[in-house]
Amino acid sequence: MTTPDTTTRRRLLMALPLAGAGAVGVAFWKMLSGMEQGSFNPHDIHAPALNRPVPDFTTPDLAPGKGFGTADLRGLTQPIVLNFFASWCIPCLAEMPILMTLKEQIPLWGIAYKDKPEDAAGFLRHSGNPFSRLGLDQDGRVGIEWGISGVPETFLIGPGGVIRWHSAAPLGEDTIRDTLIPLARTLKTP
Amino acid sequence: MLSPELGHYALALACVLAGVQGILPLIGAQRRNARLMALAPGLAVGQLIALVCAFACLINAAVTDDFSVQNVAANSAVSKPLLYKITGVWGNHEGSILLWALILSLCGAAVAAFGRSLPTALRARVIAVLGLVATGFELFCLTTSDPFARVWPAPMDGRGMNPLLQDPGLAFHPPVLYTGYVGFAVPFAFAIAALIEGRVDAAWGRWVRPWAVAAWCFLTCGIAMGSWWSYYVLGWGGYWFWDPVENASLIPWLTGTALIHSAIVVEKREALKIWTVLLAIGTFSFSLSGTFLVRSGILNSVHAFANDPARGVFILGLLGVVIGGSLALFAYRAPSLTAGGLFAPLSREGALVLNNILLCSICAVVLTGTMYPPFMSLLFDRTISVGKPFFDATTIPLALPLFIFMGFGPMLPWKRAQLWPVLQKLWLAACVSGIAVVVATIRLSGVLPVLCAAAAVWIIGSSITDIATRTKLFRTSFANSVHRARMLPRAIIGTAIAHAGVGITVLGLAAMSQAQHRIVEVPIGTTEHLAGYDWTLTNVTQEPGPNYTAMAATLEVRRHGQLVTVMHPSKRSFNSQNQTTTDVAIHTNLMADLYGVLGDRHGPDSNPTYVLRLHYNPLAPWMWLGALVMAFGGALSLSDRRVRVGAPQRARSSTATVSVS
Repeated sequence: MTTPDTTTRRRLLMALPLAGAGAVGVAFWKMLSGMEQGSFNPHDIHAPALNRPVPDFTTPDLAPGKGFGTADLRGLTQPIVLNFFASWCIPCLAEMPILMTLKEQIPLWGIAYKDKPEDAAGFLRHSGNPFSRLGLDQDGRVGIEWGISGVPETFLIGPGGVIRWHSAAPLGEDTIRDTLIPLARTLKTP
Repeated sequence: MLSPELGHYALALACVLAGVQGILPLIGAQRRNARLMALAPGLAVGQLIALVCAFACLINAAVTDDFSVQNVAANSAVSKPLLYKITGVWGNHEGSILLWALILSLCGAAVAAFGRSLPTALRARVIAVLGLVATGFELFCLTTSDPFARVWPAPMDGRGMNPLLQDPGLAFHPPVLYTGYVGFAVPFAFAIAALIEGRVDAAWGRWVRPWAVAAWCFLTCGIAMGSWWSYYVLGWGGYWFWDPVENASLIPWLTGTALIHSAIVVEKREALKIWTVLLAIGTFSFSLSGTFLVRSGILNSVHAFANDPARGVFILGLLGVVIGGSLALFAYRAPSLTAGGLFAPLSREGALVLNNILLCSICAVVLTGTMYPPFMSLLFDRTISVGKPFFDATTIPLALPLFIFMGFGPMLPWKRAQLWPVLQKLWLAACVSGIAVVVATIRLSGVLPVLCAAAAVWIIGSSITDIATRTKLFRTSFANSVHRARMLPRAIIGTAIAHAGVGITVLGLAAMSQAQHRIVEVPIGTTEHLAGYDWTLTNVTQEPGPNYTAMAATLEVRRHGQLVTVMHPSKRSFNSQNQTTTDVAIHTNLMADLYGVLGDRHGPDSNPTYVLRLHYNPLAPWMWLGALVMAFGGALSLSDRRVRVGAPQRARSSTATVSVS
């Protein structure tokens, strides 16, 4: 009943778990040694890099915003600030008054991250809407393309759609005054 | 007397004893040397005593504020309440590894104490394998994470514990969870012993199953406690975040659940033997890997242990030896294990196989989702996050058929079954589930929640039907039914209860998909409407606590003008750690939770506004209640006579025992 052929197959089958565990073990070892040498950092959010073009993405034309995408950012002639926010995010709520003053100095574009349209609309109705253009990222996919680690996150986009600056924390008045605005000023084309 | 040095010595002694426990009985079992084999229980108990001593020393150092011990200095403080001084011992990396080793030695001693009916050689081998694993962990403890290391000069006060951990729920969550994790070391040891002996039979299945069920009960409770903790402490209103660390506990739970089911087939029908051995190895391997992943820093997680790649390398080596060694043994010995009884696809065995396939598929999906980000990062240098949408979309379609088959699996006879008689018995449960679909369609939105709710009702209904059929409820006199119920093996009642527990949890999950919440920023005196309730913020006060100051809100909740409850969500600022935590206020009536969180304060002092987050969580308590019911069912089946006596119960003739008593 057990021919040599089936015995071999059986032996190979039983060795599969070992082979799988071995492969995973080697991968873990590579990760660990990479972490020690600094070449591998799983906590590093390295997309998208500074001074690189914005990633490919698009947000739908859906109320409360009209949506925008890569092409709109690539076509920029003046710098703008792109802010990821969400109605469920309390730091975003706290950041809103600052954004309302910032919009006087530089155009603000917003993306509502993992948010329902009606929630985002209610949020902006309640706290004021600082955004001149608004996109919705309901499933968080755009956030993945941009590599955001949470909300709020803010990017300064230069002319031609190049990422010039990035902050993963809520904006403070001093950050805006000392870093964001001076940097934006240098990017302005006459 | 209980000095840290004594603890350190006791730990080293335990390590040596574990090493001896791992080697001599194995040699004894191989050479049939009864004296060497007889050493095993004594060594296991000795190791336990040494570790208890070590653990007592560490607790003593924490309670007496001995800040010359680095671990205590880093994690404790004079102002910390006594309870948290004790529980804080296992709230950090070094202490938790010591706890891990202690529980492992407890397992060894438990096999020594309760395994008297085992064949001597098998018991010696099982204890020896546990000893070998323990040696590894104790070496890890001694070399890379010594909990007794001293600092000089000793600080005047410790740095204090993470305030999030200062909570009774979390104080007991790690021991329960670890008992679950580590408990699967015993089935693992049984599997290794069976592979060494080259024999797996029905008796093996009968011995291994209670240990697996016990570990499973603890793991179920541990996961539920962790989920509950994140629900009421983190204040996000969520209960499961598909965080890598949560997944690391869910994966062994899934394979462990598969194991306790496949072991039934080994016990009753001597089939699925190789598979069961692999599951036993796999479950413990996943438990171990979970520990490794949490502590190595490879995964992004909210559960941050102090990450140290050097420790990671040691644990990886340990994993390589334990998992690699056991799988190599499996590859070498498993092909020679003989296959067992045959069965038709439609039979109890078939249903259990399907259960295993589905559970393992869910496990594979969760594993893929958890490991995908670091692997993508390693192989393709891309950063990716895998979240709730992926897990919801992949696990629910696999879980639904599992729930449906859970209904009639326990009612199918062994070997070969006919579907029709079983369906006839279940017509009532099917009708109730049909009604549930209608009710759920009205009350819930979304297809998956409706299907899940109906599946949950189906599971509960069929579990009740199973017991009702076996006790001939309503077909004979009530007293007779009660008598029959008392004569039923507890394992059968336990199964029905555990399955019903799954149903309760799934109902909770389905209802929670309809949870409502709102975030508002309001001045005092405002009323918000959510889910038919009026929530009024009436007052906010500052209150001092033992090692924090709290900003507490008074939130009056009314329904149709009638006061339902007054809630006091607060926000605590801890002075020593410069950290704030939210203290969620929850009002539950078991059908729904009202859940209030106080956020930041904004605006001028004369007219401040407060951020409030209000949640309405329908059936939220059922999720954890269901888990407790599951664990209770498991515990009940452990009290079965068959397990206590260790002998198979003879089949009773059903009518002969019915008499007036």
